[in-house]
Amino acid sequence: MQLVLEKRAERSAFIALASPVLAIALTLVTMSVFFLILGKNPVTALYVYFIEPLTDSYTLMEIAVKASPLIMIAIGLSLCYLANVWNIGAEGQFLIGAVTGSYLAVVTNGTGAGPWVLPAMLVMGALGGALWAMIPALCKTRFGANEILVSLMLVYVADLILDYLVRGPWRDPKGMNFPTTASFDPVATVPVIMDGGRLHAGVILTVLVVIAAAVMLGRSIKGFEIRVVGAAPRAARFAGFSSEKLVIFTFAVSGALAGLAGIIEVAGPVGVLQPGISPGYGFTAIIVAFLGRLNPVGILVAGLFLALTFIGGEGAQISMKVPLDLTKVFQGMLLFYVLACDSLILYRIRLLTTKQKAA
Amino acid sequence: MGLVEAIIISIIAASTPLLLAAAGELIVERSGVLNLGVEGMMIMGAACGFAGAWLTGSTFIGALFGIAAGMALSFVFAVLTLGLAVNQVAAGLALTILGVGLSGLIGAGFVGEKIVPAPQLYLPVLTGIPLIGRILFGQDGFVYVSIALVVGIWWFLYRTRGGLILRAVGDSHTSAHALGYPVLKIRLLAVLFGGGCAGLAGAFLPLAYTPFFIPGMTAGRGWIALALVVFSSWLPGRLVAGAYLFGAVSILQLHAQAFGLGIPSQLMTAMPYLATVIVLVIISRARGAAGSVAPASLGIVFVPDR
Repeated sequence: MQLVLEKRAERSAFIALASPVLAIALTLVTMSVFFLILGKNPVTALYVYFIEPLTDSYTLMEIAVKASPLIMIAIGLSLCYLANVWNIGAEGQFLIGAVTGSYLAVVTNGTGAGPWVLPAMLVMGALGGALWAMIPALCKTRFGANEILVSLMLVYVADLILDYLVRGPWRDPKGMNFPTTASFDPVATVPVIMDGGRLHAGVILTVLVVIAAAVMLGRSIKGFEIRVVGAAPRAARFAGFSSEKLVIFTFAVSGALAGLAGIIEVAGPVGVLQPGISPGYGFTAIIVAFLGRLNPVGILVAGLFLALTFIGGEGAQISMKVPLDLTKVFQGMLLFYVLACDSLILYRIRLLTTKQKAA
Repeated sequence: MGLVEAIIISIIAASTPLLLAAAGELIVERSGVLNLGVEGMMIMGAACGFAGAWLTGSTFIGALFGIAAGMALSFVFAVLTLGLAVNQVAAGLALTILGVGLSGLIGAGFVGEKIVPAPQLYLPVLTGIPLIGRILFGQDGFVYVSIALVVGIWWFLYRTRGGLILRAVGDSHTSAHALGYPVLKIRLLAVLFGGGCAGLAGAFLPLAYTPFFIPGMTAGRGWIALALVVFSSWLPGRLVAGAYLFGAVSILQLHAQAFGLGIPSQLMTAMPYLATVIVLVIISRARGAAGSVAPASLGIVFVPDR
């Protein structure tokens, strides 16, 4: 007996919808096994992870705050991946966006600057992220260098630039030697939009980005071009679409969105520039993009779900003494199951008996 | 021991994990599979290798644990990419994310623990030779394994029938399949071999390089190993040169810091990563003129027709 893949004549629409649900279900089953191994009651643990955060308005807001950067970055990544461009360095673009945006907050600190500061910071952050993303894009289009490796190497470099700045030139002199800038002035801070939590105006920007991406992908020539280049590069060449320009475009947009997410994060929930501003948002966003099947609305839902695992994981760490790394394990596992289940959209699995094999 | 001798010895130590991981990935890519999960398999090798050595007190068993961990993760990758025809780039990334999480989970209990580092070879007369004695005859076992591995890979690829078949599978899976070679089986073996090498490379770090485990201690070495395979044009000989070059860059940045040249330490730490980018650009540019030398089926999903 042997298991084989058989190409379906048509994509299975049913499995396309059921696949993420199946993937989440399989992840939950595997998680339960992990909890049993760790000696915890799986039912209680799953409750703490996935239900408890939804029962309290504060944690609900926290989920939105965590989901916001994930969704924003994943939208940009989905454009890249649809076009078969592999930007893996969103984490670096996020950090550089935080750095370039923070520059204005640092130089205007305590000068009584006007309300122009925050919008200018957001623009700087997006520009910084886009410029950082241009390095792998140009290395690829000009020299044919692998964009996966280049964009990833730049994550480490971005991390070190941030580290250098907050330990050196930008360090708060009154900060007791901690590696952090001075707290941002109110004009350099993303305003909170709801009392009793950290829900900030950046979340609204994220929703706007989701809508803009949905319109662009569904209704514009650019969106069509992205899909064609990704799905059928030869056809795209005949249609006169330049894949080089599209590499630049998708990298620029995804870098800008990651950078914007970065500056919103430091000017909002964090409030200062310091090391460790990202719990791996740029990498988790890759999972969000795939779980949301590279579709803006899907990404919105997937981002909220992944944010739930972050918040639930923190809750489980405190109340059940479950290690925080478990959340990362689940996120990686989820990506595996999503990819595996997606395979069933194009293929069906058949069990071959020895007799059939011989025939 | 002179300074030059000390520097060369430390360069060899820094190069060894890169060489081990890259050698394994070379075989994987020669079979036509792109496994981007090297970093994840390495960090798992580091965590499990340390756990194994700490529990048994034996470096050798620790190394075996590391190899097993790398192979286990690569098996998951193989099931996805070979069995379920999943996109190799996405599956490789998933492997790294999972490996980083799992290693943190496994390694958490061992942070702060110490083990006895892998012993260095000592031969009565040979090791005592000034200058070259310690460099040639005074390393730990990992170093000799890494060299033997590359020589073995070269011999396998170019001097055996199996190597010929492996290269054929990587260059055209459809032709190899038509000739009756079991493409998926050969790729499975290649992926497992690569996983074992990455696991061993990871295990080297806590077992021989530093006698303790810290989360994230691979620090991107798995990705640099991937870049080295591109750098080497998929040739084992050049892989050795590349690995030692990178080892040298990462050691010289440490020495430059020690001399205190007034350069920010972060810039020096960034050197290996920047060097990777620069090398990729130079190599890719040179190759653009000469045409691609990558295995032709690299990264392309294969589903056998029946």
